[in-house]
Amino acid sequence: MSNLRILVATKRVVDYAVKIRVNAAGSAVETANVKHSMNPFDEIGTEQAIQIKEALAKSKAGTAEVVVVSCGPSKSQETLRTALAMGADRAIHVDSDEELQPLAVAKLLKAVVEKEKPDMVILGKQAIDDDSNQTGQMLAGLLNWPQATFASKVELGDKSMTVTREVDGGVETVKTPLPAILTTDLRLNVPRYASLPNIMKAKKKPLAKFAAADLGVDIKPRLQTLKIAEPPKRQGGKLVESVDDLVDKLKNEAKVL
Amino acid sequence: MLRSATSTLRRITAVKAAPVQQVAVRSFSSSMASQNVSFGLSEDQLAIQELARKFTEDEIIPIAAHHDRTGEYPTELIRKAWELGLVNTHVPQKYGGLGLGVFDASLVSEELAYGCSGIQTAIEANGLAEAPLIVAANDFQMKKYLGRMTEEPLMAAYCVTEPGAGSDVAGLQTKAVKKGDKWVINGQKMWITNGGKANWYFVLAKTDANAKAGQAFTGFIVDGDSKGITIGRKEQNMGQRASDTRGITFEDVEVPEENVLGKVGQGFKIAMGAFDITRPLVAAGAVGLARRAMVEATKYAVDRKTMGKAIIDHQAVSFMIADMAIGIEAARQMVWKAGWLKDNGHRNTWEASIAKALASDVAVKSACDAVQVFGGAGFNTEYPVEKLYRDSKIFQIYEGTSQVQRLIIGKGVVDRVMK
Repeated sequence: MSNLRILVATKRVVDYAVKIRVNAAGSAVETANVKHSMNPFDEIGTEQAIQIKEALAKSKAGTAEVVVVSCGPSKSQETLRTALAMGADRAIHVDSDEELQPLAVAKLLKAVVEKEKPDMVILGKQAIDDDSNQTGQMLAGLLNWPQATFASKVELGDKSMTVTREVDGGVETVKTPLPAILTTDLRLNVPRYASLPNIMKAKKKPLAKFAAADLGVDIKPRLQTLKIAEPPKRQGGKLVESVDDLVDKLKNEAKVL
Repeated sequence: MLRSATSTLRRITAVKAAPVQQVAVRSFSSSMASQNVSFGLSEDQLAIQELARKFTEDEIIPIAAHHDRTGEYPTELIRKAWELGLVNTHVPQKYGGLGLGVFDASLVSEELAYGCSGIQTAIEANGLAEAPLIVAANDFQMKKYLGRMTEEPLMAAYCVTEPGAGSDVAGLQTKAVKKGDKWVINGQKMWITNGGKANWYFVLAKTDANAKAGQAFTGFIVDGDSKGITIGRKEQNMGQRASDTRGITFEDVEVPEENVLGKVGQGFKIAMGAFDITRPLVAAGAVGLARRAMVEATKYAVDRKTMGKAIIDHQAVSFMIADMAIGIEAARQMVWKAGWLKDNGHRNTWEASIAKALASDVAVKSACDAVQVFGGAGFNTEYPVEKLYRDSKIFQIYEGTSQVQRLIIGKGVVDRVMK
C-alpha cells in the first residue's frame, strides 16, 4: 500500500443553516441567491481522505493523493476549492448544467474512476438536499466493487479496509479488499477548517474540467418530481383533562390508534 | 431532511510552522495607472471572510459571554485562531506569515469582532505591536521578533500610552538613556493591551529631551522577560473585558542597541506610521460590532410583538435599524478604501482617520440603539446587546480618540482644499 489514490466525491448543496422555501412555481426548492456550501457528509469524506494521507506520511508507510471530484454546473468549482483549501491535492470538475440524479452521477463517477484508477472512492452517505442515499451504492454496483456504507470508523490494511458501520440495529464491522467504495456517516470525523495559508495555497492546485457530455454517459433523469410542497404548519398542542380524553383524541383526531 | 443533524463543529489541525513558500503575487496593482476599483470581493477574499465567519460562529460566539463575565484571557481560542492563520496576518511571508494587506486583514477583523470585540482586540493588539516593526525593522529584527510570532502562538504589545499622556504623545515621560552599549529605559506605561501576556513590547521612549516631538523619541523592541519590567494588575474595564489591559513599569530596563527600531529619533514617525495599518483594522472591528448589534436587534424585532404586530413593523424601531445599516455600509466602505489605498502604496492617513472616526461613532450608536430595541431586556445580561453597548465605547477612545481623528481629518481637508 505504498501509493494510494483516494477519489472523494463532493456535491454543492444549499447550506444546512438556510431556511429553505419552495419556489414560486411550486416545482422545486428555491436555490437562487441562497447560500450554498459543500454537502456536510462530503466534508467528512474530504477530511477522512486527508487524515489517511497524513497518517501515511507520518508513519512513513507510504503516500496518498487526494483527488476531489464534483459533478454539476460551474459553481461546483467553489466546492472543489474548499476541498483543496482543506488539503486535497487536485480537483476534477465534471461540468453539466443538466439535472443530475444519483444514477447519472454514479455513471459519471464511474467514468472518472476508469480514468483515475483510484484505490478508494469516498462519498457522503447522502446529500442533504435530496437525501437519496444512492450514489455510493450505485457506483459500487456499476463498478462491481465492494462497498462499506455509513462508516463511523475506517482502518486501512494491506490492500484492504476495515470499516465500522452504523446500521439500524447497532454497529457492524466489515472488511473489504481495495479498491472499494466508502460512504461517510456523521461520526466518522470532525472536518477541519481550511486555514488561511491553505486557502492561499489552494489557488495553485490543479483543477481539471471535463464536460459531462464528453464522458459518453447517459445522464438523462429517470425520476420526475411531480409536486413539492412545504410541510403543513405545525398545529398548537392541546391540554387534555383525562386519559379517556387522550385516547379519544388519539383515535379520532390524530387517528394514530 | 437531514440538515438539522449535521454538526457545526470543526477540527483545528496543528499547522506545521514552516514558513509559507513564496505564494502568488499579491492580487492588487502597485502602479498609479491601473487603479481599477471593485466594490466586490475576489474568490480568495471571500474564502478568507468565510473562514473567519465560520470560526467566529463556531468558536468565538459560544464562549464570548463567559470571557466577558470572568475577564479570563481567551488563550485557547487565540491558539486555535493562530493555528488557522487568523493571527499575525501582516507578518511578511519571508518570516513565516501570510503578508496579507490591510484590506484582506480587515475582512478578518470585522468577522472576529462580530463575535466578540474584546477577543478581537486581544488578537488585533498583536498586529498593532508588529506594525512598527513591519514599517521600520531591519531583517535581523524581523527574523527575531516577527519570525517567532509565526512559530508559536505568542502575544506582543504596543507600549506607548502613559498615565499622563495618551493623545499627547509629545508629552511622553518614559526615557531611554544610552549607557555603554545598552539603552536603559525608565518610565510608566498604562492601558497596554496584552500587557500581561506579551512576549515582547514595542516601546516608545524619549531619547532627546531638547528636540521637537518629531525627533525626540525612539522606538525599542523590549523582551518581555527583561529585568526591571513590572507588570501591573489586570484592569477591570467597562467592556472588551476578555482583553488584557495593564500598567507596565520600566525600572532601569536594559535594551541592546540592536533592538533600536529604525534610527534614534525616528520613534514618533514610526509609531504614527503604524496607525496607517492599524486604524482601518480597528475601524473594521467597530463595523463588526455594529453589524452584530444590527443583526441581534433585527432578530428580536421580528419576533417581539407589541400593539398587535412585530415591533419591526413599528417605524420608530425599523428606523433605528435602518440607521444602523446606513452607518455600517458607509463605515465599511471607508475601511475598504483606507485598506486599498495602503495596499496600493498610497498615503492613507486621512482616509484611515475617517474610517476610524466614522466606524467608532457608528458602533456606539448602533449598540446603544440595539439596547433600545430590546427594551427592558436590552439592559439585562441574559441578552446579548448590553455587552455590545459596553464594548462599543472604547472604539471612540483607543487607537486615537475621536477628537484626535477629527484633528487629523480637519487638517487634511485644509491641505486638500488649499493645495
